[in-house]
Amino acid sequence: MNFVMREAMLTFRRAPLLSALSVTTIAFSLFVVGLFALVAVNVQRALSQVAERAEVVAYLLPGTPIETITHALKDIEAFPEVTNASYVSEDSALARARRELVELQGPLRELERNPLPASIEVTLKPGDRDADHVGAVADRIRDFAFVDDVRYGRDWIEKLDKLRSVLAAVGLAVGIAFAAVAVIIIGATIRMTVLQRGREISIMRLVGATDWFVRFPFLLQGLIKGAAGGLLAVGLSYAAYLLSNRWLMMRTEFFNPEQAAAIVAGGMVIGLFGSWISVGRQLRKV
Amino acid sequence: MIKFTNVFKAYPKGGLALKDATFHVAKGEFAFLTGHSGAGKSTILKLIYAEERATEGEVRVSGFNLADLPPRQVPYLRRRLGIVFQDFRLLEDRTAEENVGFALQVTGARRAGIEARVMRVLTQVGLAAKATAYPRELSGGEQQRVAIARALVNEPTVLLADEPTGNLDERATRGVFQLLRDINASGTAVVMATHDLDLVRQAPYRVIELQDGALVYDSAVDEPRGEQSGGAP
Repeated sequence: MNFVMREAMLTFRRAPLLSALSVTTIAFSLFVVGLFALVAVNVQRALSQVAERAEVVAYLLPGTPIETITHALKDIEAFPEVTNASYVSEDSALARARRELVELQGPLRELERNPLPASIEVTLKPGDRDADHVGAVADRIRDFAFVDDVRYGRDWIEKLDKLRSVLAAVGLAVGIAFAAVAVIIIGATIRMTVLQRGREISIMRLVGATDWFVRFPFLLQGLIKGAAGGLLAVGLSYAAYLLSNRWLMMRTEFFNPEQAAAIVAGGMVIGLFGSWISVGRQLRKV
Repeated sequence: MIKFTNVFKAYPKGGLALKDATFHVAKGEFAFLTGHSGAGKSTILKLIYAEERATEGEVRVSGFNLADLPPRQVPYLRRRLGIVFQDFRLLEDRTAEENVGFALQVTGARRAGIEARVMRVLTQVGLAAKATAYPRELSGGEQQRVAIARALVNEPTVLLADEPTGNLDERATRGVFQLLRDINASGTAVVMATHDLDLVRQAPYRVIELQDGALVYDSAVDEPRGEQSGGAP
């Protein structure tokens, strides 16, 4: 084992440039994947914060008796998707408007008659804030006879959904493409190492080394290069994270330890896979 | 020990390299393989250490039947053989003792015993004093001795030598040949391919002569022959 480890490390000493090339290739491939993951993690977080505000607002016909409304509130709160339904009277709607819309305070104060309708504001459970569920709840509320109109920002909820899936798909596609590039480059560098050490390998075979014994240092090498590339990628992502926080004044989040470990593990898989596919084929030629 | 029975070897583009070869090298024997370049000497050696497979016929070496030897068993056959080449095939970036120890390490030998075994064979080939020298610091004869030490360190039953003196001057040739004779005297069979007829005449060993892939003379079975007709130029 000691010998195998030494043989694996020997290449780093003998061909430092080639080794550096494969490590940085893996690192940058994973870095790009990592950046996408970072963006995805942060967008996901931002989206869920936005989605928390997802509300369905039902505007009521004027003159709806308060008993009817109280009754309806109970009905709506009984919907499986709904966490809360609250009544906003005409007066409190106007008070809120005066409070929140500072620039319209003057005109609002001068009004003789309150133009704002009463409404019911409905908050949905976190898992049910997608377009389908929100739409279904809105349709059911619309069925109440005293409901004049229902608004729920259908557009932006659908856009959020779309953004989420586009981001996931792009991240996955870019990830796969870069992983493939890394596998090909690792394969090529291992192939070059095998050729460079062809004489040594043929001597190993002459004195009775098994195929596995010859192969193992190369696989180990791929694994080490992959791990180094993965660590470097996490480091680069961390630098990008720090930069974005400091210079772009963005409050972003970094990977948790499990996600960072997954990137390093990804590097190891890429390294091992790359050396696996090239070493077997190349050894037959030596 | 080594048994060839009606062995043919054809290369896809090179025609027949070996035609109907039948011979047997016994335990502890010393046999020369002689003949012109391309006569088939190296082919026979390659068939013995399973670098090549016979197209037809049977090759048996140290209890292995090479016709149906799976590739993964080849390393175990080679551990019973010692192989020496004209170009030494040493690793330039390792010292003499590391080159010899390498042969033990790749077979998974335990580290504890390696150093002692390496020093023993280096002493046997007369190079104990140069154990830490790199190949470039050694003469051709000394490099070949390191190669022989490497071949011996696994205590093989047969030593295969493919033109081991081909790159050496006369003095070094004599030294290396004497070393091979000593190794044989201690019980290891030696099969040596050479076209150096002076060397062949120096010793009373068996001579197997090849011509265009055919075995044309075997001193073990054929009548002894005169100086004029013997061997290749």
